[in-house]
Amino acid sequence: MRSYYEATARERIAAILDPGSFREILPPPTRTTSPHLAALELPVAFDDGIVIGSGALDGMPVLIAAQEGGFMGGAVGEVQGAKLVGLLERARREKVAGVVLLIESGGVRLQEANAGLIAVSEVIRAILETRAAGVPVVGAIGGQYGCFGGMGIAASCCTSIVMSEEGRLGLSGPEVIETARGVEEFDARDRALVWRTVGGKHRYLIGDCQRLVDDLASAFRVALADAIRARDRVDLQALEDEQAMLSTRLARFGGAEDALDIWRLLGAPDPEAIPLSPTHELVAMAAGRRIS
Amino acid sequence: MDWKRIADRLFPEGHDIVAEGAFLAGTGRNAGVEYAVVGSTDHIEIGVEIALAMARRVLATVRDHPGRPILFLVDTSGQRLTRRDELLGINRYMAHLARCVDLARRQGHRVLGLVYDQALSGGFLASAMMADLCAALPEAEIRVMNLPAMARVTRIAEERLRQLAQDSPVFAPGAINYVRMGAIDALWEGNLAQALRDMLARANPDDRRKYVGRDRGGRLLAAMIAERASVE
Repeated sequence: MRSYYEATARERIAAILDPGSFREILPPPTRTTSPHLAALELPVAFDDGIVIGSGALDGMPVLIAAQEGGFMGGAVGEVQGAKLVGLLERARREKVAGVVLLIESGGVRLQEANAGLIAVSEVIRAILETRAAGVPVVGAIGGQYGCFGGMGIAASCCTSIVMSEEGRLGLSGPEVIETARGVEEFDARDRALVWRTVGGKHRYLIGDCQRLVDDLASAFRVALADAIRARDRVDLQALEDEQAMLSTRLARFGGAEDALDIWRLLGAPDPEAIPLSPTHELVAMAAGRRIS
Repeated sequence: MDWKRIADRLFPEGHDIVAEGAFLAGTGRNAGVEYAVVGSTDHIEIGVEIALAMARRVLATVRDHPGRPILFLVDTSGQRLTRRDELLGINRYMAHLARCVDLARRQGHRVLGLVYDQALSGGFLASAMMADLCAALPEAEIRVMNLPAMARVTRIAEERLRQLAQDSPVFAPGAINYVRMGAIDALWEGNLAQALRDMLARANPDDRRKYVGRDRGGRLLAAMIAERASVE
């Protein structure tokens, strides 16, 4: 049994796609590197920290991308972003069954500043364009660096998200908030606080991820195949429903001090026990209680 | 920068834009065309409430005024940096706003943006960076993060970043760099009403920014790499 959290981008792809089906696009021999990092005399990667390609998932033709947290925390620069944008263009043209994004990213690569910010905005537009063209885009979050910054917005623009409890999803990372506002606002070293604020369990309970799985590449594989087969809604009614859901969330939980308060309001019988409960027990408890 | 003076110059035939706190909303008229206007002021940090209010205006425009152009007036110092916003899932609120803008575009609305003061990361990403075209005033500042914070995170000396900013559009915060990189259509000076009409006439739903950045020499690789990833 293989940990998704511990795996590299290439190992994740190999474990999620049907065996032997992966064909990489712009592989390392093409030396697709960032000119901005080179200008700063920083190390570059021959894939710029993202692996993209085609393959099969449970028999379905898919395109897939995996960010490599080990390279600059998966942060998005000009080249990495362009690889994603191009992959999504290909998905629209080839009408594949879906696009799988294995996201692990701190967001914009600050060493590429403006180029990174623009790249992330192009990725967000490309995701939405692909969904509008009838190709679902599903995200997976379960790596060491989580999914933050602009990639947190991009992830929530996907058709659906699969997370493990080790995964973290947000906009501003705890360290960024602590740096800007002080330790009283958010103590980034308080792991329990960080996990119950942005971790997979909380995201599942409030409905920000649709599937919560154990930290196993095989569990992600099954959930991602499911996610691709689910119906995708991109019309006005879908967004009116989202507007209503987010308004209700703000009204119900806007005064909450902590995730524990939200879990209590959701009717969890023993909120304090949630951080330690196994995934399958959490999922069973959440049935009928979580926001979906 | 006073948003009222900007609005007066954009809409010589009148507007009813009002500020509810730092959230701007209303309509404006220019050359017989009615625009839905959504925006913010006072360098406000965009939290879940303003993101949701902006999305509500965009959805209401799509539902009640088919085809009406939408203009974002941008002045924000970024997303609100609080634990509460993260707890509530601010990334989902921002994504919702981005999706509403994208839906409007698909339903035939032209979506425009004008950075009239400051634009930073999160709040800008989900709104005017989703527009068909976005312009800026020449004195506008657009950036990911301020240089001292960037120096801290990247561990590159601030002095070095300052030097880099002088000859690299990648690092400098000025709006002109975003013009060179293709993310800002143009800097507006003089007759703002005319500039708005011109941009509306040129707006189209395709994301052309990577080609514009290449043609202007400010972002040379994005278009080429995207094309290779798409067809090779």
